[in-house]
Amino acid sequence: MTSTSLRPPLSGRIDWRRVVRRHGWTIGIVVLLVAFALYWRSSTSVPWGPFDVQSLAIDALPLAFVAMGQAVVIISGGVDLSVGSLMSLVNVLAAKEMAHMGYTSAILYALGLVVLGALIGSVTGAVIVVTGVADIIVTLAGLFVLGGCALAVLQVPGGAAPLRFQSLVTLDTVGTRWLPSAFVILLGVYALLWLTVRRRRLGLALYAIGSNRDRAYLAGVKVARTRIVAYAFSGAFAALGGLALTAASGIGDPNSGSIYTLNSVAAVVLGGVSLLGGVGGLIGPIAAALVLTLVKTVMIIKGVNQNWAQVIQGSLIVIVVMIGGLAIRQKGKTG
Amino acid sequence: MTSGGGGDAAPASPLLHAEGLRKSYGPVIALRSADLRVEPGEAHALLGANGAGKSTLVKLLTGVVRPDAGTIAVHGRPVRAASPAEAARFGLAPVFQDPALVPDLTVAQNLRLTGADVDAVRTRLRALDLDLDFTELASDVPLPLLRMLDLARALSRDPSLLILDEITAALPSDLAERVFAVMREQCDRGGSVLFITHRLKEVIATCARATILRDGGAVATIAPREGGESEIVSHMLGDQAVAAEVAKAERVTVREAEAERPADGEVALAVSDLRGGAVDGVSFEVRRGEVLGIAALDGQGQDELFAMLAGEQGVGGGTVVAGGKPLKARHPFDAIRAGVVYVPADRLHALLPQRSVRENIAAPRYNRLRRWGPINMADEGRRVARAIDALQVDTRAQRQVRRLSGGNQQKVTIARWLASGFDTMLCFDPTRGIDVGTKRQVYALLRDLAAEGSAILLFSSELAEFPLVCDRVLTLYGGRVTAEIPGAAADEATLLEAMHGLSEGAA
Amino acid sequence: MSAVPETPGRSEAWAMVRRRLVDNSVAVLVLVFVALFVLTDVVNRAQGDGAFLTPTQVSTTFLYAAILGLLSAGQTLVMLTGGIDLSVATTATAGAFMVSRFGSHGAAASIVAALVVGLVIGAANGLGVAVFRVNPLIMTLGISTITIGVLTVEAQKQFTSLVPNVVVALGSERFLHYIPYDLLVWGPIAAAIVLGLRYSGIGRMIYGVGDNPLAMRLAGVRVWQVQLVVYVLCGVLSAAAGILLVGFNNAADLGIGTPFLLPSVAAVVIGGTSIFGGFGGYAGTIVGALILTVLDSLLTILNASQAVRQILYGAIVLALASLYARTTSE
Repeated sequence: MTSTSLRPPLSGRIDWRRVVRRHGWTIGIVVLLVAFALYWRSSTSVPWGPFDVQSLAIDALPLAFVAMGQAVVIISGGVDLSVGSLMSLVNVLAAKEMAHMGYTSAILYALGLVVLGALIGSVTGAVIVVTGVADIIVTLAGLFVLGGCALAVLQVPGGAAPLRFQSLVTLDTVGTRWLPSAFVILLGVYALLWLTVRRRRLGLALYAIGSNRDRAYLAGVKVARTRIVAYAFSGAFAALGGLALTAASGIGDPNSGSIYTLNSVAAVVLGGVSLLGGVGGLIGPIAAALVLTLVKTVMIIKGVNQNWAQVIQGSLIVIVVMIGGLAIRQKGKTG
Repeated sequence: MTSGGGGDAAPASPLLHAEGLRKSYGPVIALRSADLRVEPGEAHALLGANGAGKSTLVKLLTGVVRPDAGTIAVHGRPVRAASPAEAARFGLAPVFQDPALVPDLTVAQNLRLTGADVDAVRTRLRALDLDLDFTELASDVPLPLLRMLDLARALSRDPSLLILDEITAALPSDLAERVFAVMREQCDRGGSVLFITHRLKEVIATCARATILRDGGAVATIAPREGGESEIVSHMLGDQAVAAEVAKAERVTVREAEAERPADGEVALAVSDLRGGAVDGVSFEVRRGEVLGIAALDGQGQDELFAMLAGEQGVGGGTVVAGGKPLKARHPFDAIRAGVVYVPADRLHALLPQRSVRENIAAPRYNRLRRWGPINMADEGRRVARAIDALQVDTRAQRQVRRLSGGNQQKVTIARWLASGFDTMLCFDPTRGIDVGTKRQVYALLRDLAAEGSAILLFSSELAEFPLVCDRVLTLYGGRVTAEIPGAAADEATLLEAMHGLSEGAA
Repeated sequence: MSAVPETPGRSEAWAMVRRRLVDNSVAVLVLVFVALFVLTDVVNRAQGDGAFLTPTQVSTTFLYAAILGLLSAGQTLVMLTGGIDLSVATTATAGAFMVSRFGSHGAAASIVAALVVGLVIGAANGLGVAVFRVNPLIMTLGISTITIGVLTVEAQKQFTSLVPNVVVALGSERFLHYIPYDLLVWGPIAAAIVLGLRYSGIGRMIYGVGDNPLAMRLAGVRVWQVQLVVYVLCGVLSAAAGILLVGFNNAADLGIGTPFLLPSVAAVVIGGTSIFGGFGGYAGTIVGALILTVLDSLLTILNASQAVRQILYGAIVLALASLYARTTSE
């Protein structure tokens, strides 16, 4: 093993094989999304219009948000099972208080809830760091504690949201009728919260602690602080997801978020983020959230019973992660 | 206390002065009371058997863990580093045993993460006559290069004290030479080096002084060039006379074993034209009663050879015959059933850290479905006790194997095969990172096993081991066997020449 | 690290005490159980409802605890191998549903149907985790979602729902005044698991796979076989818990198992089993299930709402997990 075995540095040119190796999964999921969208378009008997895109945006937005937060935590080597309950909690808090608010105060209140979500997330992270208990257990406990809080706020579905607040997600478009404002909000949040940190030291540190925590520590990363930040991200995104639920449904339901715990993890895995941490990005999970939503939409269009659609969607999630597992296994054998 | 050599008389304040450092993990005292004094401009070795406290001392100096008691002073000023990042500000630059590079980030991202100057690191690497693509993922960079990259990163900070923890263990000899050159430069410009290694020859060649730790305390600071290896070893092992006696007794064991060796045991393992990974057509036979050595530079196919024989990795081509029957192993289970067992280099790959010594040793006994039923506790107890006896495992902390010292853990990984039985043992670098005393016990054990009729295939990264233990040595180069050398003639010079592909010379 | 023998000192003495506590955690847990029982008694008397520390209440506690005990038995096995099964509650629901769905075909048929469904669910989980290497959390949550979906579809069909008398007796009646019939199910299973983990080959494999799967592979163990067996056992045990549950309730609905999911994990964590696997045992889980059952009675006496219960269970899991993390860390 000497300098003869070193690869010469490539300057300027893009190494496509390496791009595919590193980002292959993300590219694949985007291709899958496009394929699904085309199939969706061809499978409807009535002409496919802006309304369909809007309804996809409404359905997908909560999952896309919560999957982004889940992705940050999983990249940093953790997992947040409490997101479903946090979404429910934000949902009931929003629906209970917002009903009588004006548009501006509703938006301010919503921002306050996002901050609250980030705070709850950082408390979860701090508990993990301070107690040394595994992420799964702490966030599983969090799932139940926050679920209890949501029940305490609102025992049965109720409340409401201002119509203008709802229309942000359900009706508004930007520029053309084909671009729902929900997508713009999604991309705006992505740019604001993630693109700003991804290439900075904080972003690198998030990847580093997920990749190899001991080495990250030896490399001078403040591991505890970074872990807390990851959960703060997750909390903020889950709160955004809860608000999206409120806007989409117009009511508060203490169980509204419960399916999102599993679905967020599934979207993240489908989006190419390794559950071992350190690998992946946020574009993949967003695309995966859209794919998962589309699958159900298409099935219901095709006349599949709602419950069977649920079963088939769950089976697809399981099959996808099984194939993903098999891929990791093959890689492990040769590598 | 037995502090550094004439410390009080030294005129200027030392570059680094640690006094009375103490650290315990729960009930286990890793460091009792260690003193260390490194003068400016010197290369200072830190030596000690496994569990003597070297790693702990390094961790304390570099802020990875905090001491329970004691003080550290740099240039006479007391310092307290709460993290590796802080220790760097005092001019301490460590190169840890485990590379401090995160596998899933690129090299450049890794450097930015630590706040290192990317260009300065590249310059340092070039000065070491190395270059690499900084957009490469760290996990795609070979281990020796990662160590050199770590070294370049440490150097880019112009440290006053460079701490090298076992850096040469993973390096081929030509890169190791470059590290020694760096150490000399560092001293020439008034800086110092703290050098931790198990290779005593390197210490004698490079270090002016050496501090030796034993049982969590510094026992002596000596000039290694004067006393030589024997003085160092005697300090490391404790009582000099006892150590000499042990050494003599073991040399006799090895000799006797050689004398008793059956002239021609039957073939236990026959490999012909084996291919796969870097292995490109390897053939050999190991007989019962024989220890066959495999010597090779890094990455010549030895990892894959052992992995294929152990059933860890699929065979690309060729045949393996174990005990007269063809062996096509698709899982370690198949190899084990054919009598071929594997002791990996990294003991963490073969231990159940939270389980008892007994459960660890007995584990392979239950690897088939029909043994999943009730355990014959008496029989198991007898077999385990015999294995513990044969290896002299220190079982004071037997409730959980993770509480054992490194050497004892290594013994457990071998003992688990003694209790379940085997014909051929594949030992991949079984003495990596264990102390001199334990090493000798392992040599003697391998000879004993061979004398009892087992066949042993041994890879080692320490060339000095081959003439001590092996009957024959094969050298691998580029995935092929380049030479077969009788054990007695396998001195370092001969081996090295063959390991570089006969006399084609070092690259 | 070295194993230098300790010298006595205050912190070392404290460490010794802590290690003793860890090594004898089951004894400590039994004390907690008794203390909690006495506390419940005091609270009950203070509310003017008379004594709680009576043979009948002790008997009732065991009657209730058997369901949770069985459910967390499978969870213990899975968690010892380093996994987790979040489908235990829906598997119990499926078991309960099968009993009432096929109750009209006779008790034996309905029980067999329930156990077979448990076996199928467990095998699906095991296949995903062991063969396809899916993260157990996702696999079991996914299977759980699918199970609930299928049950919802099935429940909308027409059938006569009937819980056989034998199952009702097993789940809710007692003999000799005080001994619940369900102990006849739970007792032998518990004994088999406690002894099996310690004195059988598969027990050693379960601990080993949880502690270091790579080391077990190199020892020739087909790790997937061990994982598959564990998930299948967990499925069957959960279905058995479902049978007792439907016997106790005398009717099945699709939410019947749900309240047991967190307690099943909580009982294991309280019992001192490491969630990373390789350390712990079923004896601790049994006491954990008893503690949670008494706690539930106490909360009922205090008239706590579902919200409060959920928060409290979450907090208990957290507190105990952190306590264990502290005492077992080196």
